[in-house]
Amino acid sequence: MASYILKRVLWGLLTVYFIATATFVAMHSVPGDPIMGAKAMSPEIRANLERRYGLDQPLGVQYGIFLANMARGDFGISYTQQNRSVNDIIREHFPVSALLGILAVVVATAGGILFGSITALYRNKRPDRLIMLGVILGISVPGFVFAALGQFGLTELNALSGREVLPVGGWGTFSHMVLPALVLGLGTMAFFTRLMRSSLLEIVSQDFVRTARAKGLSPVRIFFSHQLRNAILPVITILGPAIATITTGGFVVESVFAIPGLGRYFVQAVQQLDYTVIMGLTVFYGAFLVFMVIAVDIVYGLVDPRISLGKET
Amino acid sequence: MKMRDRLLRVAAFTLGLLLAGAQGAFAAKNVLTYALSTEPPQLNSTKATDTESFFILGHIMEGLTRNGRDGETLPGVAEKWEISDRGATFHLRANARWSDGKPVTARDFVFAWRTAVDPKNASEYAFILYPVRNAEKINKGQLPVTELGVTAVDERTLKVVFEKPCGYFLGLTSFGTFMPVREDVYKAKGERYAAEAADLVSNGPFKLTSWVHGASLRMDRNPHYWNSAQISLEAIDIPYITPDNSARFNFFKAGKVDILAGLGKDDLPKAQSERMKMRNFSDGTLLFLEFNFREGRVTRNKKLRQAIAAVFNPQEYISRVVGIPGTKPGRGLIPAWLRGKKDLFRKEYPIADRRPDLARARALVAEARKELGVAQLPPLVWLTGDTPTAAKEAEYFQSVFKNALGIDLRIDKQIFKQRLAKMSTGDFDIVAAGWGPDYADPMTFAELFTSWNENNRGKYVSAEYDRLIRAAQATSDAGARMDAMAQAERLALEDVALLPTYERAVVFVMNDSLDGVIRHAVGPDPDFTRARFVSNGR
Amino acid sequence: MEMTPALPRMHEREVGTHPDFLPAGRRTAAQVISRPSLTYWEDAWLRLKRNRQALASLGIVSALLLLTLVGPLFWRVDPAAQELNRISESPSFGVRARVIEEPGTYEELTRSDWPESPAAPERALEIPRAIGLLDEPSILAVRLRWEPVEGAAGYVIYRSDRAPEGAGSYGVPVGEVLGGNRLSYEDRFNLSPGEYYYTIVAKNGMEADRGITRKVVLEPGISLADAQLLRADARVGEILSLPSHPLGTDYLGRDLLARLMAGARISLFIGILAPLLWTFTGVLLGGFAGYAGGRVDGVLMRVTDLVMALPFLLFMILFKVVLGGGPGESGIVPMLLSMVVLSWTGPARLARGQVLQLRESEFIQASRLLGASPAWLLFRHLLPNTLGVILVSLTFSIPSAIFTEAFLSFIGMGVVPPTPSWGSMCNDGIQRFLTYPHEFLFPAVFISVTVLAFNLLGDGLRDALDPKMRSVS
Repeated sequence: MASYILKRVLWGLLTVYFIATATFVAMHSVPGDPIMGAKAMSPEIRANLERRYGLDQPLGVQYGIFLANMARGDFGISYTQQNRSVNDIIREHFPVSALLGILAVVVATAGGILFGSITALYRNKRPDRLIMLGVILGISVPGFVFAALGQFGLTELNALSGREVLPVGGWGTFSHMVLPALVLGLGTMAFFTRLMRSSLLEIVSQDFVRTARAKGLSPVRIFFSHQLRNAILPVITILGPAIATITTGGFVVESVFAIPGLGRYFVQAVQQLDYTVIMGLTVFYGAFLVFMVIAVDIVYGLVDPRISLGKET
Repeated sequence: MKMRDRLLRVAAFTLGLLLAGAQGAFAAKNVLTYALSTEPPQLNSTKATDTESFFILGHIMEGLTRNGRDGETLPGVAEKWEISDRGATFHLRANARWSDGKPVTARDFVFAWRTAVDPKNASEYAFILYPVRNAEKINKGQLPVTELGVTAVDERTLKVVFEKPCGYFLGLTSFGTFMPVREDVYKAKGERYAAEAADLVSNGPFKLTSWVHGASLRMDRNPHYWNSAQISLEAIDIPYITPDNSARFNFFKAGKVDILAGLGKDDLPKAQSERMKMRNFSDGTLLFLEFNFREGRVTRNKKLRQAIAAVFNPQEYISRVVGIPGTKPGRGLIPAWLRGKKDLFRKEYPIADRRPDLARARALVAEARKELGVAQLPPLVWLTGDTPTAAKEAEYFQSVFKNALGIDLRIDKQIFKQRLAKMSTGDFDIVAAGWGPDYADPMTFAELFTSWNENNRGKYVSAEYDRLIRAAQATSDAGARMDAMAQAERLALEDVALLPTYERAVVFVMNDSLDGVIRHAVGPDPDFTRARFVSNGR
Repeated sequence: MEMTPALPRMHEREVGTHPDFLPAGRRTAAQVISRPSLTYWEDAWLRLKRNRQALASLGIVSALLLLTLVGPLFWRVDPAAQELNRISESPSFGVRARVIEEPGTYEELTRSDWPESPAAPERALEIPRAIGLLDEPSILAVRLRWEPVEGAAGYVIYRSDRAPEGAGSYGVPVGEVLGGNRLSYEDRFNLSPGEYYYTIVAKNGMEADRGITRKVVLEPGISLADAQLLRADARVGEILSLPSHPLGTDYLGRDLLARLMAGARISLFIGILAPLLWTFTGVLLGGFAGYAGGRVDGVLMRVTDLVMALPFLLFMILFKVVLGGGPGESGIVPMLLSMVVLSWTGPARLARGQVLQLRESEFIQASRLLGASPAWLLFRHLLPNTLGVILVSLTFSIPSAIFTEAFLSFIGMGVVPPTPSWGSMCNDGIQRFLTYPHEFLFPAVFISVTVLAFNLLGDGLRDALDPKMRSVS
């Protein structure tokens, strides 16, 4: 067990190193550099800046310095926000993205299970049809469309009701998070609903359900303690990847709702070629994902007796 | 089944919960709310380069002078001054104070200016101090910073020695880089100076009280400001930072911000149907096409450039593509709002309207082909940025070039830094460029096409142009300077060193009860220092 | 895994002759195959045909492909042709317009006996007493004139597409004249047929609160020069039928239908080719790894792990920027490459798993026993049997590729103009959604329908290809 975890962690570290190197190489092969400004600068001013950021060093040396700093957990100072460290940026903005992501996942999972159950129970009746129509929309309409339409709809709603039902943007209180989380989680919710519906329908006809019914258990009891519990499993298995997609996929929602999350910083950093921020964010996200997966696997191994850790499949 | 109903009820309840959660009242009066598109990268005035930083700095700091409603120079920290060809002396007012109550002294200016030109500080705007004696040499590392031609004669007297006569020096003194910095705070904070609200002191009408990165900023009235009695606003609150145009529009529509500093072309019909009161403002920026004059580029051919200039229809371009009313056709290198000797520069040195002449353009293309010795002109590379507007403009020109001149235009759309890299290495034929003024003098534009200017991306070289600009820079006599710059401008237009396309305008909307908002082409924009609410707003 | 040693072949002639071992009589009647025997694929197709949703999706997908390939043959409108006086027009058929002359030179009206820039008066400026037109207004130009106001140093001209409701609702400030004695204005700003309300407000430093309003109605028109491009012998005053735009026009007056068809080519090209490429790469590598096993498998799977660990969207953006694209290039190839580099791992794992599973299955063992060569095994048994699963995964990855393209174009890192794609058209349209909904709705609907069709088709295929569900009746 311990050696398995050690092995996984070592492999995880290697993966992070790979991500860092891939990013470093990719980034430095883009023409241009972070210290160029809209207004051109004299060679002297440029030289001053290069010295300040260590860009006058050969690329190999820069790579070495970067790796050494990264090993210490220091990603350096941003080029665009000249006196903020990348660590500060991550520390301040990742919680926002993470909170939004978690809320979205909660919305998606809760909604998915709820609506999936309704559709399965009302199979081929009106609620089922209605929800499945929503699901079809949720799966086939791009997220950015939802974001823009959602905000527009809310603006109209606030104007019509004459009071602020929900704020149209910004960040701070719970009410700020509702719509963005809903918009962000919508696609996944639709996906979960579909998954839930099909797995519930599959289970309804299985022997243990029939047995339970024969035993004379109440439908409520059968539903919650037999059907639901078993049908949820496929949803749980894809929860990990879903969290990853959602937390890294918030660019558009963050921008439309003026949310200070990390996603916006990344797009901006690429446009500005802000080396340290690009590096910091990809490495951070990469590491986050890698170790999430490891943690999930370990927890699974502990929880599910059918899986024994350490045996490669 | 009952359970189904229960489930449905749970669903309905959850939805209800999500939709509930009404929030408190709208913003309190006397606090102006505003939304920024991006946050200021940092607020160290010696290093600031962008509009957002200058906007904030313009409210929380004050230089020797400040800009008035019509761009005139008003006393700031300095209450009076004497200025000559050799230098200037500024007399600081006794009641100018920092937000911690300490007086603003001449030494604060000396420290700020020295820091700005210090090569170790690596300020991009160091060049704006070059009129001060030895600034350039210090910035190049040839002299120590103590050699800078600025001295604190006493606490309240600042003496500046010029490198050479500078006719527009007074206008510079309101600029961000010239603002004072407190040495003790700067040194105590080190690299973190002005990184957070707590990491700086202000001497302006407002002080920064909160800064949540990426989310919000707040500036409260500075009680220590010498002219605090004249400031009506209690605070300027910036609760939103988003680059999304329509999101900002929604904030305004919802009453969450009091002013929207610039409506996009696509917001105009919306604003019209909401019956918002729209206003116009020329933001001082000139947009133009820059041609590549480097060896081997077809755009070196003057006939070709003239053909492009002859086919350009500013009226159609502004009306159909730019689509912001108030936009003026670009006539020359010096935009219409700048002043010349006594009146507007453009009135003193008029240039006729540009009218498209298709027949002439085609004849010129034919001549260009003959001169270049080719049967068909090669495709031209049009370098542009990744904004939606830039793409639309490129698509328009592509169609014009193809239909009218039979020239293929290859659009090279690049992200910001990559475009800059390609601009400096000359990897383009035509680039759509823009220039916003650093100070309110025609020189900020006229200087652009000198052979030594790094912003002359197309490497247009004309000895005569260089000579004229040098002459203008060597004197502070308004008549001689303006004459020389007008001649240089004419020369650049004759050579088609650039094709001015338009002078940018913005349409903005604000809360009906808001008054006294000033828009500046140069300096912090919008300027809320004198804003006030006249009656109860929305 | 080592190969199972081949068993020695049985000798056919060594069967005994005991009556028990004599061949039984043929019971022909019972063994007659009453229905034609179905191959796996025939059966799958039969079942797919019975799935109405899947069939409809197949129809939609075929229609889309037809639209992109055959559509332009029928709708022969150049997607790049700009009609700048018909910007953002709603869907229309055969709009009729009068051919109008380009208006003569505009001469400004000034009064020499009136002060140009008087000192600002004490009291508020008045409303101009009258507003009129200098000549017949058309969609080419509207020329306004008005009576001077005492104390004015200039006038602001507002324009609205609806009647003003008092101060502040005069609409867009289309222009301004400086000078109290300048009394006319020529408006050429983005005019289109319809009603306009012009308001003149006097100004001297501050603007007056109120102004005078006049309604102007503009008929559909086309300038003589433009008309002659449509028909060489067009004359002034004649009524012409303008080109139809069944789905309206975009921000540069280009035909939306033609652009959608051109965009379909890009979006479907990326949406289908990218998954094909990455699935092919993945299956090849994964299948090889699974078949070869051992060290090769280990190394390949480690590489897969590494690539899978890259955060997809972040690297998609990064790679797109790195691979860039030179002038005049549409940016499709970099996008395609980035997707393939980042996405081949899924199918690779899938194929490897399948191959590993099948390698141990009885029919493969049997085939091997019969002396099949590795190539025969791979191409006759392993690959065809994994094909079903791969096909389903391919169908499901098409929507994700279409979404990725749309997303990249939406954040401005997609295809380069003038190349249209549904994603970039959505991005352009969404800003104008409230005013010109057609510009956003049509591309959004196309994306959604396509994604939906591929999703449902994937569902249908999965059901049809699932051996467990193979029809038994």
